[in-house]
Amino acid sequence: MSASWKMHPVTQLFLARFREFIRQPEAVFWSYVFPLVMMIALGLAFRSEPMEAISIVVQDGRGSEALKATLSGSRKLIVSSGTQSECRQQLRAGQSELIVVAKNAGKSDTVAAETPDEVTFVFDPTRPGSVYARDAVNDVLQQAAGRKDPMPTSDLAVTEPGSRYIDFLVPGLIGMGLMGGGVWGVGFAIVDMRIRQVLKRFLGTPMKKSHFVAAMMFSRMVFMIPEIIIVLLVSRFVFGVVNHGSYLTVILLIAMGAFEFAGIGLLIASRAKTLEAVSGLMNLAMVPMWIGSGIFFSAKRFPEFAQPLIELLPLTPLIAALRHVMQEGAGVLQILPELSLITLWGAVTFVVAIRVFRWE
Amino acid sequence: MTYAIECRQLTKTWPGNPPVEAVRGIDLQVEQGTCFGVLGPNGAGKTTTIEICEGLLQATSGDAFVLGKNWATQADEIRQEIGISLQETRLSEKLTVLETLTLFRSFYKSGMEPAEAIAKVSLQEKADARIKALSGGQRQRVAVATALIGNPKLLFLDEPTTGLDPQSRRDLWRIITEFRESGGTVLLTTHYMDEAERLCDRVAIFDRGKILAIDSPQQLIADLGAEHVVVFAVSGDGAKSLADDFGARLPGVISARLESEHRCLSVREPHIAIPALLSLINERGLRLTSLTTRQATLEDVFVHYAGHGLTDNAAGGVR
Repeated sequence: MSASWKMHPVTQLFLARFREFIRQPEAVFWSYVFPLVMMIALGLAFRSEPMEAISIVVQDGRGSEALKATLSGSRKLIVSSGTQSECRQQLRAGQSELIVVAKNAGKSDTVAAETPDEVTFVFDPTRPGSVYARDAVNDVLQQAAGRKDPMPTSDLAVTEPGSRYIDFLVPGLIGMGLMGGGVWGVGFAIVDMRIRQVLKRFLGTPMKKSHFVAAMMFSRMVFMIPEIIIVLLVSRFVFGVVNHGSYLTVILLIAMGAFEFAGIGLLIASRAKTLEAVSGLMNLAMVPMWIGSGIFFSAKRFPEFAQPLIELLPLTPLIAALRHVMQEGAGVLQILPELSLITLWGAVTFVVAIRVFRWE
Repeated sequence: MTYAIECRQLTKTWPGNPPVEAVRGIDLQVEQGTCFGVLGPNGAGKTTTIEICEGLLQATSGDAFVLGKNWATQADEIRQEIGISLQETRLSEKLTVLETLTLFRSFYKSGMEPAEAIAKVSLQEKADARIKALSGGQRQRVAVATALIGNPKLLFLDEPTTGLDPQSRRDLWRIITEFRESGGTVLLTTHYMDEAERLCDRVAIFDRGKILAIDSPQQLIADLGAEHVVVFAVSGDGAKSLADDFGARLPGVISARLESEHRCLSVREPHIAIPALLSLINERGLRLTSLTTRQATLEDVFVHYAGHGLTDNAAGGVR
């Protein structure tokens, strides 16, 4: 019994792929280290810290000194001053979020220290920082001028794991890793075998085409496991990312995602004759998903008319389902629609790839 | 008895502008238990023909039967019974010889143990070496071992010794001879005439997609009617302006041709032809600068039929 198991073509093809993979240390290194570097870099860049003080600039002129003194009293603000053109330059360059211009009509224009009667805010309403700065500066000025808030308020700060950017990012990166690993890993391996005429040589044997394709997809699923485990461990112990759902559900999603993208990689590589051609096709297929499927920011940010297209992308349901599970603790039943879509993508690409596959 | 291979009016045209007719009506039969050689220059249609027989290409028209079976309906059965070595396959460099053969063995219902195939090509010492570490000749032996692993009745070898050193060529010749002696049929392509003369029971001479002649190497040479070749060169006034077929009408000479720096006479009776040649050269006031004789070979057969040399690039077309 063990001899026939040893001889099964899918097992043998899988073993051959597995050996080729682990005997290329540099390929192993990059496929496992790259997603990690990406996560650590982005995790650090977008780490959740209390909002820093905002830089604003006061335009030189009548009343500007008094204005600057008032605003410098606030710990939320970093205040500088400059001429009109310097101010505009700082705003354009993003060094300041807001220009504050004092108006002091009809009084001596040599006295910069006297209190202004009116203030104009110059800012870009499309920049969230600018809008925030405008309100913060306005508050400081109004209170200094004697405003009393009729409604007493108090603040209670909470930062919960699950709602930070890194918690949002990790499922996105897992999805991206599954996509890149499947498309690159399978695509390049297939085209390389085609160039070396190995596929043609296989065609000359009784090997079943479905066995070959199944072994390619299965090996990709296996190679993904260590990558995902590393990403999950580092995100857990370095960034404190907690999985609110069941690990079994996450594993199921990862396995199906690996299957889906192995199928897509296979389809992309099914006819390409050169590495250049397949690289182009792979980028063509992946760029829309890098941008649209919600790896780094929510796909809901795209306009309404684009949503049906985004939902069709193979990566969108995978990342959405991973977030449902990891951030919201969804179970298998709640992600069933996404899971079916993922499975459908994998099955359809598998069947089409076998049909159109070029063996020589 | 069914033929190991039978081709009827086989053609293959590659679409394009203009279309390329790689194979233009091939008829051939290969008897079981024989070694059949397909000879010809690059672009003669050898590889296209063999790949149609291997089931890797579809013929544009005509039929190819392998072991009495039809590719259209019995492809799986045929593949169980044939072994293939392509002109150029780069097997995975990361796998060992044993791993490669174990993989190929898994594709066949029956066959030999991987270790046995390795022994057949005398690579026991390299069984655990990666393909990357092997020489060109050793890699070619692994390729032949992958063809032998399913215990095939019919072995296809496309230019098995091209680019190999003399020792490696002899190693492969031994493997092929042993396979044939154990009852197997071999179809091989080559552009080495010595290889064909040594290994093949019958050869087909291909040129520009057609078969020019089919027979045993000995018979093809005998059919020339001239089993000797006189090779000579002359110098002196007027040597350059001599006709290409200078000497063709001398007694005992069948044909004459110019081969770059030498002139060749295909000769039935050298003892008559050579004195006549010497006196003709004297009459013209030329000087003989070299004179040798040799046995006619398949190369001469090829030149006789094709009207150009094997190494000439006059054949045109594609593989």
